[in-house]
Amino acid sequence: MASIWRYILAGLGLAALLVGIVAAVYLTLPQSASGPDLSRSKKTANGLFVASFEPERGVVRQGELQSWLLTLKTAAGAPVEGAAITVSGGMPQHDHGLPTSPQATDYLGQGRYRIDGVKFTMSGWWQLHFGISAAAGSDSVVFNVVL
Amino acid sequence: MRRIASIASLLALAALALLGGCGEPQFSDAEKKIIASLALNTLPSLKPDTTNQYGDVPAAAALGSTLFFDAGMSRDGTVSCSTCHKIDRQFQDDLPQAVGVGHTNRRTMPLAGVARNPWFFWDGRRDSLWAQALTPLENPLEQAGNRAAFAHYIKKRFGERYERIFGPMPDLSTVPANASPLGTDAEKAAWNAMPAGQQDDVNRVYANIGKALAAFERSIEPEQTRFDRFAIDLATGAKPEGDAAFSPEEILGLKLFIGKANCVTCHNGPRFTDNAFHNTGVPTVDGLPPDRGRVDAVAQVEADPFNCLGKFRDGDESACRELRFMVKGGPQIMRAYKTPSLRGAASRPPYMHAGQFATLDEVVAHYSKAPLSVEGVSEVHPLDLSDRERAALVAFLKTLSE
Repeated sequence: MASIWRYILAGLGLAALLVGIVAAVYLTLPQSASGPDLSRSKKTANGLFVASFEPERGVVRQGELQSWLLTLKTAAGAPVEGAAITVSGGMPQHDHGLPTSPQATDYLGQGRYRIDGVKFTMSGWWQLHFGISAAAGSDSVVFNVVL
Repeated sequence: MRRIASIASLLALAALALLGGCGEPQFSDAEKKIIASLALNTLPSLKPDTTNQYGDVPAAAALGSTLFFDAGMSRDGTVSCSTCHKIDRQFQDDLPQAVGVGHTNRRTMPLAGVARNPWFFWDGRRDSLWAQALTPLENPLEQAGNRAAFAHYIKKRFGERYERIFGPMPDLSTVPANASPLGTDAEKAAWNAMPAGQQDDVNRVYANIGKALAAFERSIEPEQTRFDRFAIDLATGAKPEGDAAFSPEEILGLKLFIGKANCVTCHNGPRFTDNAFHNTGVPTVDGLPPDRGRVDAVAQVEADPFNCLGKFRDGDESACRELRFMVKGGPQIMRAYKTPSLRGAASRPPYMHAGQFATLDEVVAHYSKAPLSVEGVSEVHPLDLSDRERAALVAFLKTLSE
């Protein structure tokens, strides 16, 4: 009888050791590719502007037409006024574009532009590309949104 | 020693129980979250349609219901909305293509939850439920009527009911018996001879017919299914009992639906649709006219005088953002069709926009194989599902009809 329990104890000990090794390997593995850059504020491609992009009401809801705010500042921090903005985008992993055609509809002051008509119809990785033309010149920026 | 042995035995049993999983369905937290998002209890209450101020007026819904089933609402008195939208068949007709006065080129869509759509018809050529309801009335292959004749008919048959809802009926005494900007040459000529004010009067009565029909259709909502009962039990941690319990095959099908088969990419939310348009490589049908889907619907919805930006809308223009921000061109809308809801789909073959597939097995086989589109680019990629996996997907889809 006692010998059976000894085997079970030994088995449990081995199992624990195995779990420990697996955990150690898992924790010390280099982090896999961390996915797209999800920052909501960044320099534009040529460094002309600093752009911030966030939902006007704070939350992203799948399947709803939403307005977002694109805030543009110069590298020195001054608000960018009178910018002409084009919007495009899509899902890089699905080879398709946006389900709507968002547009810059209003200038709200302090470099803030309302981008209306944004809709994310499915979960996954979305990209929004902005072309920006202002007094300082033309530049572009890409924001990633993952649902 | 005995105490150590009994502790060890308890530990061993616990380890076995963990490894064995107690036979419960195993869903990851991410899977559980997706399953919960598909359940009917997450469907929000229906928002008012501000473009139709009569949308939630009971008398309007009652008149709409009368008109929906009235074959008098057609050129020859034989076709009503309910001819194709059959009340005992999920408001569809089981045919590959609808048959009204003539043979159409599209499959009749069911109506459960229709008031929640941003776009109507397979290609979204209308942008509100009331504007949609007007379209078959004048389509020569469907009800084949004309708006002047409908205005006269409403005044004669339902004048009192109409006026109690919409106010005084205009003077129609000099309006031709048959006239429409979309009708036969004679009807078009009669329409063009009418003064603009009279055209407006007739269009107003016509728009109100659509608003009454829409008020009725707003009451048609999806019903709870086996899947919803399963999903609620999974979310609350209750053990599914009776028909809420899924077979291993149904569980595999659900896992594939939200996982490897990527169905949930487009068939998402409690209505199993993203309300968007996609080219999924569905084949053409011999003998039907060319059909390019969404790409040809854009100009139609823009030209529709009853669209959200037109003068027959109630409320303000803020309701028109779907129309304002729609995609108007580009390769992605070529042969793109609206993602249909999958609720009730298993009990209403045939499938796709022109009834191309007779069974769900054929539908799943199509998505597994993912053939190239005859025009434009299909968004789906081959899945190479096994026979067992395809059967499991079909088994899961049936839980949305039971």
